[in-house]
Amino acid sequence: MSSSVSITLNQCSRTFAGGNTALQPLDLQVNAGETLVLLGPSGCGKTTTLRIISGLESPDQGGQVLFGERDITALPIEKRDVGMVFQNYALFPNMSVADNIAYGLKIQRLPRAEIAQRLDEVMHMVDLQGFGERRIDALSGGQKQRVALARAIAVRPKVLLFDEPLAALDAKLRDRLRIEIGQLLRKLGTTAVYVTHDQDEAMALGDRIAVMQAGRIAQLGTPQEIYHQPANAFVADFIGAVNCLEVIGTRADGGLIMHGGELIANHLQGVTTVYCRPEDIQVVPLSQADIKGKVVQSIFLGQTQRLMVDTGGASPLKIEAPSRQRWPNGTAIGLALPSSVLFHPDKPTAPVNAKEMANG
Amino acid sequence: MKSRLRFTLQLGFTLLVCLFMIVPVAMSVMAGLTENYFVGLQSGLTLRWVNEVWQLYADTIWLSIKLALACLLITTLIGVPAAYGLLRSRRRWANAIEELLLLPVAVPGLATALALLLVYGSYREFRGSWLFILIGHVLFTLPFMVRAVLSVMQTAKLPQLEEAAASLGASFRQRFFGVVIPNCMSGILAGALMVVTLSIGEFNITWMLHTPLTKTLPVGLADSYASMRLEVGSAYTLIFLVMVVPLLVAIQWAGRLTEQRH
Repeated sequence: MSSSVSITLNQCSRTFAGGNTALQPLDLQVNAGETLVLLGPSGCGKTTTLRIISGLESPDQGGQVLFGERDITALPIEKRDVGMVFQNYALFPNMSVADNIAYGLKIQRLPRAEIAQRLDEVMHMVDLQGFGERRIDALSGGQKQRVALARAIAVRPKVLLFDEPLAALDAKLRDRLRIEIGQLLRKLGTTAVYVTHDQDEAMALGDRIAVMQAGRIAQLGTPQEIYHQPANAFVADFIGAVNCLEVIGTRADGGLIMHGGELIANHLQGVTTVYCRPEDIQVVPLSQADIKGKVVQSIFLGQTQRLMVDTGGASPLKIEAPSRQRWPNGTAIGLALPSSVLFHPDKPTAPVNAKEMANG
Repeated sequence: MKSRLRFTLQLGFTLLVCLFMIVPVAMSVMAGLTENYFVGLQSGLTLRWVNEVWQLYADTIWLSIKLALACLLITTLIGVPAAYGLLRSRRRWANAIEELLLLPVAVPGLATALALLLVYGSYREFRGSWLFILIGHVLFTLPFMVRAVLSVMQTAKLPQLEEAAASLGASFRQRFFGVVIPNCMSGILAGALMVVTLSIGEFNITWMLHTPLTKTLPVGLADSYASMRLEVGSAYTLIFLVMVVPLLVAIQWAGRLTEQRH
């Protein structure tokens, strides 16, 4: 298919009329063929970044957008050779499915035979064979988004842009389409930028994820890096759930004194807080516990249950426990927190082999 | 039982009101078809008066149709881009312009006509031509076109559709004609029917602006009421109704079409 191209943003900021700054000066490089996910809460600047890449918005004076080596800052979207998928589908209601998908091809004035052939190809890719003559309003939400996807890839764009494409769909459908989009992106090998506020989507689709906060990139990295080595408390909290434990003292041998017990974490010397994920905390007999506490609430989630454990700290610990066991409120519970699962944004994570031992 | 009684009363009242409004129209139509209105129906039915009206006033009917179509053309050419401009512009002054557009509707037609006469009355060629009346009609009907198109544009999510079209490489011209116009067609249709109906029935402005050579149907109607037999005026009304009622039905139909789509 079309050769993929890298995307470079140099010092792109965006200030709206009225002095509202949506984006602080931003440098970003998306490698050729890579899928980069822009992840963050609403208002973090992720959509603005996408719109600057697409050409729907211009960066403030001094910002620069490059596709490959070519500076395209001044080009409008229609000259940028991008394909875009929108949250609300943005399909043309006055056209059939086939006409929607072929719209970009007709704009390019391709020969009829080639349009027909490409139409066939992309409708097969998104599993819409036989839907060509349907009216848009006779489609379900999932089908509409497939049409939008087909329409965007039919023009064989240099860059594919997704603006929360699955946000309007229900959970089951979202999961299915997410997998399909992922497969499609691997197959096409087109450089893609994908905006979402859904961390599962980000993890599943992104080669790399840029977590954004208040108009800045808080962290840029692979899903594994973002999850296991969050750059700050915001990222740790935004991606999955996280516990923040207060260190109330240090023993002479380096052990950390916590509410409810003690932890060994040689890689975290000198920190005042320690982070860990709920699913990394194990429930153990009280005699083997690093930290002890009392169950104050249990929330049944189906495959697991979430326990809130009061250890005497400011907020209870969230832990994930097997779903079949019962812990009535007030039950004393012992928790194991091996050093490999403890982290702090300012410190490197524990050595990998230590983690393997803990898991094994 | 009680609700049955209430229903009957309501139905009766509704029918009464309908009769109150329809009977005069029916009487007028009948008057246009009877030999002698004062003698009554026993004088016999005839198309004589309709025929007479056609001979005397056919040119007013043609002029009205010509005016309506020209008015439609101009309001479409100005109104659709104007509505689009209002849609795309920043809210504050767009609202002000929307209000201003309604001004010709709120100001009495006579005042509008007077203003036109004051400014352009001295250009004798122009003053005597049907184009002078056309200006008045465009002023009066344009807001209806803009409103109808704008309301459809606002619900059609046009900005998003345009962004999608642009991302696929469509230039502004291609977007406007390929995406914007087709997706507000129901608004243009509703506006068009409105404009044609209003233009055909417009009296106030036209009466002030017309010359003996540029009489429209409503002006001719007033003329015939004032100076002819009652039967002639009534036959004239009949012709007017035959022209306008289908348009009114079409407006209803277009309105329903618009609702269905959203």
